[in-house]
Amino acid sequence: MTVRTSERVELAHNAVGRAVPTMVNGKPQIPFLGVGTYQPRGRKAAPSICSNKDYPESGDKRVANLETALRKCGLRDGMVISNHHHLRDGDKVALMALEAAAKIGVKDLMWFPSASFPSQKSAVELMEKGVIHHIEGSMNGPLGDYCTQGKMRGMGVLRSHGGRYQAIQDGEVHIDIAVIAAPTADFFGNADGSHGKSACGSLGFALADSTYADRVIVVTDNLVPFPCVPWQIQGNNVDFVVEVESIGDPSKIVSGTTQITRSPDRLRIAELVAQFLRATGIMKNGFSFQAGAGGIALAFVEYLKQMMKQDGVKARFVRGGSTKFLVELLQEGLTDYILDGQTFDLDGVKSMANDPRHLATSPFTSYNYHGKGNFASLVDAVVLGATEVDVNFNANVVTHSDGRLLHGIGGWQNCLFAGCTILALPSFRDRIPVIVDEVTTMTGPGEMIDVVVTERGIAINPLRTDLLHAVMGSKLPIRPIQDIKTEVEKICGKPARPRLGDRPCAVVKWVDGTVLDTVWQVG
Amino acid sequence: MRSAVESTSVHSTEAGHWGKEVRSDLHVAFEARDSGGTEISLESRVAPYYGAAIMDQTREVLDELGVKHARVAIHDEGALPFVIAARIEAAARRAGIALGKRSLPEQHPLPAPSPKDRLRRSRLYLPGSEPKYYINAALHGPDAVILDLEDSVHRGEKDAARILVRNALRAVDFGSGERMVRINQLPLGLEDLAEIVGESPDLILIPKVEMPEQVREVDRMIAEIKQRNGIVRSIWLMPILESALGIENAFPVATASDNIAALTIGLEDYTADLGVVKTTEGHESQYARSRVVNAAHAAGVQAIDSVFSDVADIDGLRRWGESSRAAGFEGMGCLHPGQIRVIHEAFQPTAIEIEKARKVVAAFEDAQKKGLAVVSLGSKMIDPPVVQRALKLVEQARAMGSIS
Repeated sequence: MTVRTSERVELAHNAVGRAVPTMVNGKPQIPFLGVGTYQPRGRKAAPSICSNKDYPESGDKRVANLETALRKCGLRDGMVISNHHHLRDGDKVALMALEAAAKIGVKDLMWFPSASFPSQKSAVELMEKGVIHHIEGSMNGPLGDYCTQGKMRGMGVLRSHGGRYQAIQDGEVHIDIAVIAAPTADFFGNADGSHGKSACGSLGFALADSTYADRVIVVTDNLVPFPCVPWQIQGNNVDFVVEVESIGDPSKIVSGTTQITRSPDRLRIAELVAQFLRATGIMKNGFSFQAGAGGIALAFVEYLKQMMKQDGVKARFVRGGSTKFLVELLQEGLTDYILDGQTFDLDGVKSMANDPRHLATSPFTSYNYHGKGNFASLVDAVVLGATEVDVNFNANVVTHSDGRLLHGIGGWQNCLFAGCTILALPSFRDRIPVIVDEVTTMTGPGEMIDVVVTERGIAINPLRTDLLHAVMGSKLPIRPIQDIKTEVEKICGKPARPRLGDRPCAVVKWVDGTVLDTVWQVG
Repeated sequence: MRSAVESTSVHSTEAGHWGKEVRSDLHVAFEARDSGGTEISLESRVAPYYGAAIMDQTREVLDELGVKHARVAIHDEGALPFVIAARIEAAARRAGIALGKRSLPEQHPLPAPSPKDRLRRSRLYLPGSEPKYYINAALHGPDAVILDLEDSVHRGEKDAARILVRNALRAVDFGSGERMVRINQLPLGLEDLAEIVGESPDLILIPKVEMPEQVREVDRMIAEIKQRNGIVRSIWLMPILESALGIENAFPVATASDNIAALTIGLEDYTADLGVVKTTEGHESQYARSRVVNAAHAAGVQAIDSVFSDVADIDGLRRWGESSRAAGFEGMGCLHPGQIRVIHEAFQPTAIEIEKARKVVAAFEDAQKKGLAVVSLGSKMIDPPVVQRALKLVEQARAMGSIS
C-alpha cells in the first residue's frame, strides 16, 4: 500500500535561501534563522509523574516478552516508538519491537530511531503494511530510497544527535514508548553498554529516550543480578525489562578492528590535516580534538600521534567515536581522557569497560544546543567528512549529489561548533567533483566550516583570518577553494546538475530545531 | 573485475574493464557493421553528471577514428576523458577498423624538457592498464613516474595499454615528475615506441638489455619518429640489465648511445636468471649491483637501483635505500607512493656530509679568489676529486631542498 500525501506543501525561504516546508507531519516549523538566532521560550518537556505503588517493591520489572511489554505500555495506533542505534548494523531489537507492534495490530506508528541501518530494511514492509506511518531519523540504503522516492506517507525528519536530544527535550517529539537494547541489565532496568556478549560501549543515545519517554522498556540478552554497574541507563526511568536470546549480531555491532585507509591519496589528506594542526599551533599541550572512524580520520589520528610524540605534546581529552587508535593514545599517555559518544571497535569497548579515563558521554553532555553549553564547542579541532562542499564552505553530508539520501547527520552538525572545523575530503570521487557551486542539501552553513583539506591542497575559510595568518610561511599547500575547484573541473569536466523533484520528502533540521533544508523527491 | 580480451570475431570486440571494484576505467563493447550509422548505449555510475558528456565524447572519438557504422556499448566506472578515448580507440582498432587513425585527448601543456642529469631518486611505477593511479601520482612528489607497458600489463592487453599510456602522456599533469615509459622487450617494444614517442616522453626504459645493439635499435627508432613528428627535445634512455649476460655487458651497454642518462638493474629477473633466492639483504646481487654502479660511473651516467618490493616494510626500505646510496646508486624504483618519501630521505646527503662539503666548497672558493692552485682546509690539503665531490654534493643537496 502506498499512499501519497495530496496536500500542498507550503514553502518558505530560510536565512540561507533554502526553500523549506512550513509544516512537517502536521506540525508548524520555524525556517532556519541563522546560527544562534532562534531563541526558544517556554519550559522543557517532561514525562508524567509516576508512583512507586505501580511498580513492584521487589524491583523486578521483568515481563515475558516484548509483545507483553508493549501491551502493558498501552501501545496504540499513531504512537511514537523510539530506539537507539548503538548496536549499529547488528541491531535486532528495533525490528523485534516493530514486528511485535505489527503482531498486536497497531497502525500508523512513527518510528523514531537515533539512526537506522541497512539491516533494518524490512521497516519498508512495515511502512507498506501501514504499521509504520513514517520515520524521523537518519535513513539510507533501502529506507533512504523509499523516502526519496516519495513513498513514505509522512515526511522524513533528519536531525543531528544533539538535535534529536533537543527535539525530545523541547517537546517537538514526544516519545510514547522507548525500547532500549541493553547489552547488560538487571531486573530493575539499570542498563550498561560496555559489558556482555553484545557489548557496544556507550548507551548515550538512549539517554533522552529513557528520561523523556512515557514508557521505557529495556531489552537485554545479559541479565545480571541487581545492581548492574555501571548504570548508564537508570532503572528508575524504566517500566519493563525483557530478556531475549540475543539483542544483536556482535560481529556487526563493533568491528573487530577498524582499518586505516590504504589509499595513498587519502593518507596524504590525513597527513595534511595533522600537519595543519601542528603548523597552526592548535596541536599544543592540553589541546583536544575529535575525529570519526572513517579511513581518513583514523589515519589522521596516527599521523597526529607521531607529531605529538615528536613535539612532546599531550592532549587533555579526545572525543570519540572511539577506536583502538584513540585507545592507544590514552594508553600511551598522549591524552588524559577519552570522552566517548559511541564505540566503534572491540578495543574501544574493552577500554571503556576497564579504564576509568575512558568515559561514556551522551548527546546531552556533548551535543545538545538547548542546554547550558555542551562539550562539542570546547573541542579545539574536529575532523569531519562530507559528500559535497561549496565555494562558500557550505557542506552536505546527507545526500548524494543526485539527491538520494546517503548518510544521517550523526554528530556532524554538533561538531561544527569546535574551535576549528576541518572537512577532510578527496577532491573528487569517481570523477564527481566534491567542491561544487552550491551543495545539493545544506547540512552545515559555511560560516561554521573553517578548513577544507583535499589531496590537492588546503582551503581556509576567508572568515578565519587567524588561521590564514597562522599558516603564513609554512610549507603547506594553502589554496583558495575556488582554485582547487577549477583544477578538479579541468580534470573531470564540469558535471551536469542532476534535476531534483519539487516535492519535499524530508527536512534537515539545524541543531536548534529550525529547518535548514529540504530533501526533494528524486525521479 | 571483468577484463576484456581480444574477441575471436574481427567485428565484435571489447576493451577496458568494468565491475564493482573497478574505478576510473570503462568497458567498451564494439561491433562494427556495414550500415545503420553509430548506435551508442551507456551505463555509468556517474550518468546523472557526465552521461551527456560521455555520449558527446564517444561520438567525437568515433568521428575522429572514421567509424561510420558501429554499435558501441559503454559500461563506465567514472573514467576520465583521456581513458574513455583510449578504450574506444582500442576496441575500434581491435575490430580492425580505424587503423592508422587516432583520437588524441586535449593536450596538457608539455613540461620543460628534462635535463640529462636531473635528480632521479625515485621513479613511481604506474601499471599501463590501471588508469586510476595516474591522475594523482604527481601529488606524492616522485622524481619520475614510469608508465609501464611491460611486466604489469597482460600480454593480451599490450595494444590497449599503449594507447592508454599515449593518452596519459598527452593529457595527465605529472607535475615536476619526469615522464618515463617502460616499453616491452624488443621487438614488441618497437610497436610501443611507434605509439608513444609522438607524445614526447622524457625517458624510455628498455627492459632486459643484454647487448648494446638493442639500445641502438631503440635509439634509431626514437630518432626516426622524432624526426617525422618534428620533435627536437631529448628523449633519454635507461637500459635495464636483468640477466647475467646483461650485467657482464654493463659498460658497452652504458656507452651504446649518448642519449643514455642512467643505467639500472632488475633484480627479480636477475636472481631468477642466476637461480638464486632474492633476499632483503641482497647479498646475492651485490656483485651485479656493484658492476652496474661501476659501469655507469665509467660511462658518465647515473646508476639507479632496482625496486624494494615489500611495500609494507618501511624500515627495510630505508636500510636498502641507505646502503644503495652508500654503494653509489643515485635512486631507485617505487612500487607504492608510500615509498617515495623514505627513498628521498635515504638518498639525501646527511647533515654531517653537507656540512663537510660546504666547508670544502668554501675553501675551494677562497682558493679560487686568492688564485691558489692548492685548496687547503685547516692543515689539510684537499685533492681536486674531493673538491669535485663536495661541489656535486652541495649542488645535489640544494636540488633536494636539504639546503637553500
